[in-house]
Amino acid sequence: MSDEKKCITCPGCDGARDPKYDEVDKVIAKYRNLEGALIMILHQTQEIFGYLPEEVQRYVAKGLNIPLADVYGVTTFYSYFSLTPRGKYRIAVCMGTACYVRGAGSLVSAFEKELAVKVGGTTPDRLFTLEVSRCIGACGLAPVLTVNEDVYGNIGPERVAGILAKYRDRQ
Amino acid sequence: MAYVRSHVLVCAGTGCTSSGCKAVEKAIEQEVSRLGLDSEVKIVETGCFGFCKIGPIVMIYPEGSFYCYVKPEDAAELVSEHLLKGRMVERLLYRDVQNPKPTAFFTDIGFYKKQKRVALANCGAIDAENIEEYIALDGYQALANALTQMTPAEVIHVIKQSGLRGRGGGGFSTGLKWEFAARSPGPIKYVVCNADEGDPGAFMDRSILEGDPHAIIEAMAIAGYAIGASQGYVYVRAEYPIAVNRLSIAIDQARQLGILGKGIFGTKFSFDLSIRLGAGAFVCGEETALIASIEGKRGMPKPRPPYPAVRGLWDKPTLINNVETFANIPQILRKGAEWFAAMGTEGSKGTKVFALAGNINNTGLVEVPMGITLREIIYDIGGGIPDKKAFKACQTGGPSGGCLPASLLDTPVDYDTLTAVGSMMGSGGLIVMDESACMVDVARFFLEFTQEESCGKCVPCREGTKRMLEILERITEGHGTPDDIDLLVELSATIKGASLCGLGNTAPNPVLATLRFFRAEFEAHVVDKKCPAGVCQALLSYSVIADKCKGCTLCKKVCPVDAISGTLKQVHIIDRAKCIKCGACVPKCPFKAIVR
Amino acid sequence: MERIKLTIDSTPVEVDPGSTVLDAAKKAGVHIPTLCYHPELKLEGSCRICVVEIEGMKNLAASCVYPAANGMVVRTNSEVVRKTRKSIVELLLANHPEDCLVCPRHGTCELQDLSHQLSVRKVRFRGEKRELALDESSIAVVRDPNKCILCGRCIRICEHTQKVSAIGLAGRGSRAVVTTPFNRGLAEGPCVACGQCIKVCPVAALRERDASEQVWKALSNSTLHTVVQVAPAVRAALGEEFGLRPGALVTEKMVSALRKLGFNRVFDTQFGADLTVVEEGHELLHRLERNENLPQISSCSPGWVKYAEHFFPEMLNLVSTCKSPQQMFGALVKTYYAEKFGIAARDIFHVAVMPCTAKKFEASREEMGRDGLQDVDAVITTRELAFMIKEAGIDFANLPDSEFDLPLGMSSGAGTIFGVTGGVTEAVLRSVYEIKTGKELEEVEFQAVRGFGGVREAQIPLNGMTLRVAIVNSLGQAEKILNKIKAGEASYHFIEIMGCLGGCIGGGGQPFSKDPDIKQKRASALYRQDHLKRVRKAHENPAIKELYRSFLGEPNGEKAHDLLHTHYHARPRY
Repeated sequence: MSDEKKCITCPGCDGARDPKYDEVDKVIAKYRNLEGALIMILHQTQEIFGYLPEEVQRYVAKGLNIPLADVYGVTTFYSYFSLTPRGKYRIAVCMGTACYVRGAGSLVSAFEKELAVKVGGTTPDRLFTLEVSRCIGACGLAPVLTVNEDVYGNIGPERVAGILAKYRDRQ
Repeated sequence: MAYVRSHVLVCAGTGCTSSGCKAVEKAIEQEVSRLGLDSEVKIVETGCFGFCKIGPIVMIYPEGSFYCYVKPEDAAELVSEHLLKGRMVERLLYRDVQNPKPTAFFTDIGFYKKQKRVALANCGAIDAENIEEYIALDGYQALANALTQMTPAEVIHVIKQSGLRGRGGGGFSTGLKWEFAARSPGPIKYVVCNADEGDPGAFMDRSILEGDPHAIIEAMAIAGYAIGASQGYVYVRAEYPIAVNRLSIAIDQARQLGILGKGIFGTKFSFDLSIRLGAGAFVCGEETALIASIEGKRGMPKPRPPYPAVRGLWDKPTLINNVETFANIPQILRKGAEWFAAMGTEGSKGTKVFALAGNINNTGLVEVPMGITLREIIYDIGGGIPDKKAFKACQTGGPSGGCLPASLLDTPVDYDTLTAVGSMMGSGGLIVMDESACMVDVARFFLEFTQEESCGKCVPCREGTKRMLEILERITEGHGTPDDIDLLVELSATIKGASLCGLGNTAPNPVLATLRFFRAEFEAHVVDKKCPAGVCQALLSYSVIADKCKGCTLCKKVCPVDAISGTLKQVHIIDRAKCIKCGACVPKCPFKAIVR
Repeated sequence: MERIKLTIDSTPVEVDPGSTVLDAAKKAGVHIPTLCYHPELKLEGSCRICVVEIEGMKNLAASCVYPAANGMVVRTNSEVVRKTRKSIVELLLANHPEDCLVCPRHGTCELQDLSHQLSVRKVRFRGEKRELALDESSIAVVRDPNKCILCGRCIRICEHTQKVSAIGLAGRGSRAVVTTPFNRGLAEGPCVACGQCIKVCPVAALRERDASEQVWKALSNSTLHTVVQVAPAVRAALGEEFGLRPGALVTEKMVSALRKLGFNRVFDTQFGADLTVVEEGHELLHRLERNENLPQISSCSPGWVKYAEHFFPEMLNLVSTCKSPQQMFGALVKTYYAEKFGIAARDIFHVAVMPCTAKKFEASREEMGRDGLQDVDAVITTRELAFMIKEAGIDFANLPDSEFDLPLGMSSGAGTIFGVTGGVTEAVLRSVYEIKTGKELEEVEFQAVRGFGGVREAQIPLNGMTLRVAIVNSLGQAEKILNKIKAGEASYHFIEIMGCLGGCIGGGGQPFSKDPDIKQKRASALYRQDHLKRVRKAHENPAIKELYRSFLGEPNGEKAHDLLHTHYHARPRY
């Protein structure tokens, strides 16, 4: 058991079991007998790790005694699950219809240019991940974007640099 | 209970939360206690008022004063003036676009005047996190009545009589659906609420869950009684944390009061609910895909029949309705099928909630009786198009619907008429576009969406939408040919006719509808290589009208790539080889001499 | 239940309740093309090739999944149906490599057939095509995701029939692919190399790892002494590749063809099977006597053995320690045969022709050799042999007959029936009964263990006790029965497990066939051969007796153990 529970998030550590796995154990124990719980477990596991690393998916598959192909199939099907680490700040530009017709497309281009990453990408310093989201239900403020929990409405491309600066300054 | 003189309702829907209502609420709270009004004034955090554009919204009862764009720094004035001295704060009252005079009362506002709130009745009126407020407005009365006074067959009869049709898109008769599920034999059945609102321009289900979660719980319990199910699931998007949270609180409160659980209201009927989170897949709005997702699998649709009513979740008979459909149920049972059927049209009874957005003055959630025209919604409720621009199209039905032109503005909004004109009701997104929208680009936008959201199971949808998108991209990039339009039509027929699920069957609609009403715009792209709306970058070329140019050099200065040449008081020229079509020069020209 | 009456292309037809429109069309003699549909697999309805028009329905219906109903009026050949089918094939082709002429499935490809049948003459979409890396990590199975049309048959057989789930769908929409978790390759996961996925793949997205080049090279190397063994199931299927009727038994032509290809010795794996029967029979008697490690589970199916190592490591003690016939044979070729004929083992190139892809993996196991040499140097499947025969320009159908070489070409009927589910059990029973009772069997054919049911059980009186046996084919059925045994819900003395449906005749290396009765036909060929054999019991094979007398000593003895038995080890599932 112990060998695959080794720490995977902190390179260079002594290889002791990552305590995050204890939390995953709790999640699995909680849902083990619940039918069809895989997606709920993956949600909570992603909360614990910030994303779903390969080793963790193996761990969940093993813990639930289900094929790894099933877990991998689910994590790659749903856009909510991420298989790669994401930045400290997740920028999600709403690309719902209302936001699109009010110029969300140029907002995405502006972020891509400023961050030099494509949608789905993370900056090399792991500070920002650029994503697009479907309607977040704030069409009145279109175009809308979120940075983690912060919501920005009525945003034009000219404000992109300023928004990024605000988060860079927090460092 | 202590007597409370005033209620301050702070909208805490997603729109207002996004515009900062939490800070406003906190500031009002502080002011209220600073002035020692705690015992007289009750602050209530409510669900969505619908008028998201002007948030944060605060309403004060008993007067019904409607304050908008409230900021935390307004709290002191609001509390001392309105709550202490009884004088309305005029500068914060709502002002109509056309009418600069402040409107004091909620009911006088144009946005609300033509609305008929049934599904949204409690949204914004009660504290969603307090079951007592729901009960105070006759909540759970319908369930109690159904359990103690009616047989399951009688419940279904009422729903059938009401003429209610599914609000999620398809518009299938709710009563019939219940009847099918009830008729399916078996001791174990399920009721599922589809709260996986996927239309990227609709958010009514979210607002209902946030503003009136008990209505959904009550409706699902009634459905459970009617079909013989004792377990329900609410499948809700993970992107809706507030809704999930309020619903969880509501379920807990209902359990505590014995409204969920064993032997509800002293009867033999037991029913419980659990929440399952989606994980970001539009296709999970499709019934069979949703079932797969609740089962913890990839959300891939299965061929029907068998329908979920016969074999659904874990192969058991399953009734699936969406949030808005359920939201109508308690009121139909309370007020009667006739009351409900009196609203709307012959084929489409009741009301429909629309998420009105896009190039329109009043964006937000509106609930209107079926049969109202698009024009009434867009102009009377929505306040028309901003910036004096011309209306071009409105999109209904989201990725499954289509864009309708100005000539169809007097189309009555009901299931059958919208389908007949080539769009559909869908879940209720209503996006208005003005003259600056390129219809080819909009079609491309929707195809990009469906292509991205296709589950990949069946060939027509997986491969077909990909090729359609490629063709549309080609057209918007200036490489389209007239044959491409024919190919689009042919592919559309294959995808529509042969796809496995509703997502595929309706995926070509945005293209077909735009081709039907805006074909000339497609032809301009492929024949003249022009984008009339000036959206498709590759098809734009900027030039200076020599007669209008005064040689002021402003355009030359702003050009980032030195594509403009000319000296003072000379006509300037744009080098098209250098021009990157950024458009920066156009607004700089004081003489409107630069054209696309 | 009342029959359902409907009309297909104006032909009235009656079907049983539960039938699909496709079933009804078959009954009406109407051909509807299919692609994702496979008679042995769960219905999927995903490719939409089989769409038909049903009166009163807005959209077309996939006939393979749509239930037939009373009064239904179906059109399978209307304008819209034909156009749609063509359009679907065109869409598939648009995302498929255009290398049919050099594709291993040229001529056996279902997509190619459909394109031909439906007169698809051009592909008008000039968009992106997938460009994904081949998975060549496995020694047995190659995956080419660029050829995959996502019909999902491979996944269904791997997941449902075999309960392995080495591959699955990942991603979605146009980026959906059939792949191994994290695209790590088949060699890393629990793939058991059974090749059932290849058998059901309609295109060349899954294929065996071709070893024929290696064999050609050895055949043209005059310093090598080439020895070939051929498994029983090969002779019951090889003829299909040359237009002979399914179920034709082509043993003698096959031997001729192998000689023409240039093999120095042509031997019969059935000899190895006879030897396996004797060893496994004695092992069973021994375990029965000591009442330990029961039930004894057969070990001749390498897909099953690998499955046990991945999925039931705690039950490996139950698996017979006997090597499979291929490996017993290989061990003898490099020792007994080499000694007897004075050829150095390293100068022998030993090829096995198998109906099976997992045999490629088995031959590569480190336990399967000595002194740095593998006992079997190359394994080719029935299909690869057919390609070689064609490539050599051999007119198979008109070949003269030829006999196997001696002594390792001599076999009993028991060895023959190893190639079909139930055959190992029947062969073992024939010998165990006589060894244990010392009496001659009155009836050598054990009809009770024959057939194609997933799990079959029989009870055989044996010297005062009742021997309880079970015969299992497919790994999904194996999982069920092993779980029952673990839970104490079932108990047997002997279980035969074959990894593939129908046993070796349905192996992953067999010719592609659309004949729904192909397994029955191949099986009856083997039973026919058994029936015609002079010697029908393994222990009565004179060459086997001679082998023990002059070389091995006692069955299960020290030398036999050294050469003919093996051990297993747990492999990771995750």
